[in-house]
Amino acid sequence: MSLETSTADDDSLDRRKLRWQRRLEAVRNWASVLKEDRMGQTGIAILAVFFFVGVFARPIELSVGPVWATVQPFSLAPYEPGARVAGTGLQGPSWDHPLGTTALGRDVLSQLLVATRVTLIVGIIAAFMAVFIGANVGIISAYYGGWVDDILMRITDVVYGVPFLPFAIALVFIIGASLVNVIFAIVLILWRGTARVVRSQVLSHKQRPYVESARAIGASDVRIMYVQIMPNVLPLISLYAAFAVAWAVIAEASLSFLGLGPPGMISWGEMIYDVRSAGALREAWWWVFPPGIAIMLFVMSVFFIGRSLEKVVNPELRHTK
Amino acid sequence: MGLREYIVRRILQLVFTLWAFVTLLFVLFRMVPGDPTTRFVMEYPTPEAREQRVEELGLNEPLYVQYVEYLGQLLRGEFGDSTHYREPVSELIFPLFLNTVVLMFTALIIAYTFGVLFGAAMGWLRGSRFERGGIVATLVARSSPEFWIGVILVWIFVFQLGVLPRSGIGAHGGELTMNVVDRYVNVDFLRHLILPALTGAIYYMATPALLMRNTMLEVLKADFIEIKKAEGLPERTVLYKHAARNSVLPLVTVVAIATGAAMGGSVIIETVFNWPGIGREMVASVTRNDYPVAMAAFFLMGTAVIVMNFVADLAYLYLDPRVKYE
Repeated sequence: MSLETSTADDDSLDRRKLRWQRRLEAVRNWASVLKEDRMGQTGIAILAVFFFVGVFARPIELSVGPVWATVQPFSLAPYEPGARVAGTGLQGPSWDHPLGTTALGRDVLSQLLVATRVTLIVGIIAAFMAVFIGANVGIISAYYGGWVDDILMRITDVVYGVPFLPFAIALVFIIGASLVNVIFAIVLILWRGTARVVRSQVLSHKQRPYVESARAIGASDVRIMYVQIMPNVLPLISLYAAFAVAWAVIAEASLSFLGLGPPGMISWGEMIYDVRSAGALREAWWWVFPPGIAIMLFVMSVFFIGRSLEKVVNPELRHTK
Repeated sequence: MGLREYIVRRILQLVFTLWAFVTLLFVLFRMVPGDPTTRFVMEYPTPEAREQRVEELGLNEPLYVQYVEYLGQLLRGEFGDSTHYREPVSELIFPLFLNTVVLMFTALIIAYTFGVLFGAAMGWLRGSRFERGGIVATLVARSSPEFWIGVILVWIFVFQLGVLPRSGIGAHGGELTMNVVDRYVNVDFLRHLILPALTGAIYYMATPALLMRNTMLEVLKADFIEIKKAEGLPERTVLYKHAARNSVLPLVTVVAIATGAAMGGSVIIETVFNWPGIGREMVASVTRNDYPVAMAAFFLMGTAVIVMNFVADLAYLYLDPRVKYE
């Protein structure tokens, strides 16, 4: 606690060093929790595999103006996911197509691998934006209090009254299904949880001596909020970020399952939608099970990581074996 | 702040939230790109007929007049006419809402009964194999979107075992003219109810199970548990009669919130099992541009959430006198 009373203006090298040490300590803290946490390790391992697949499923090409460059040339997917590769349509697993083919004769394995990308993009971007908004609303609301707090919290209440999925369905349908719109719809709702929790944490931090002393020295509000208070609620924010990733991925999968996913992009939810609309649910187990299991594993790995972050945030949980 | 003042404030807040939600709904459905009248008015044979329809619906009025008219309609419990079914929305939406309520109540009752018992056992057997396995199982269930749980259940019970119907609400359930008792009290209906209710139950069970475990861990630290054990009462009695009972409290608010949220969460389950409820109807009406129906369905779901959040706050107040009114 004594470290936190660092003065606001005294930004000497020592102070900076101390702050970095504190941050490092937080990371080390998590590492020590992880060492004994089988679930957290499993979560990280599974997520790492998904990241690997997401990056290497298909080559990544970037174009800046007229210049085309292949950033990542590897392709784990054996076929072009949208290309017809089997003449007869629906086929069970074989050497050529380890997970069989779809009703349109496309390779299921390739679709499965490529779909990882959409999940990662939606999960990470939506969660990051939602938590960014939520954390800022929470900090500002708690720090300033008064009418600022009133307005922000009433807005949060209203958002809490909006049913998540129905709202996303209506919004995506009205403004059009695209990757950006799907993320937008998810973010508009998802920030509410972080806002409430961060607010209540900051309310208690606001009373502590380190904030008092920073203010006495003349630190600006912005500085107190983001340099003094923010690092202390960061573990909590990262916990909510992990849960936000999970909810965002489930929401995207659900929208895609209803046929409202981003068009032209294959996602796991959309694969199951395709199975249903092809009427192949009964026979094509090779087509419906892989994407379902992939969604489950992905969300599960995020929850596992969330649980170990929870132990960092709340050390009381740590001795639960 | 006194108790009464708190309640009054909370009621005002409820009214404000409802108003804001209803306004949001209005804005959302007027946000449609292009001429909004084309989305509200289906194809009419002649421009004159179309013009007349636009006038009937009041779509040629300025927006604020439409807004005031819209608020008035909601207060009278009217939602206009469906452009697809060509009949008043209120008449066709309430039977559907009832179907949703029946389905989600069944799901929640199963989820909370088993979730609480399961969570209590996990907390009691802390550190055991059972607890660790239980936590993993709960997290796996929670990681599965509802449609995926539904697909697995259909695959097992319909395709492999062939013991349960695939979709719908039963031969009698479809006839909305029948009285409520005849519709819901028959074996055929129950057979149709099992799979969708089970899907919801599995999905919603994680929250009470994990929460119950956590509060159990707190309660078990209390002295009175030691005393009860020292009195020589059987373990089972201490577990369910003394420890579990005192851990249930925080769950009451969660039940209320979950009930509200479940009304909106039924969208996916109803789609998987073709259950004629407001969730499925909302998706269907949105895709066929039947905005009055979509709005009404959305309105009912949102109102359920808001009212149940309110109930949760009051329940908490009533059950835990230590709460401070902030």
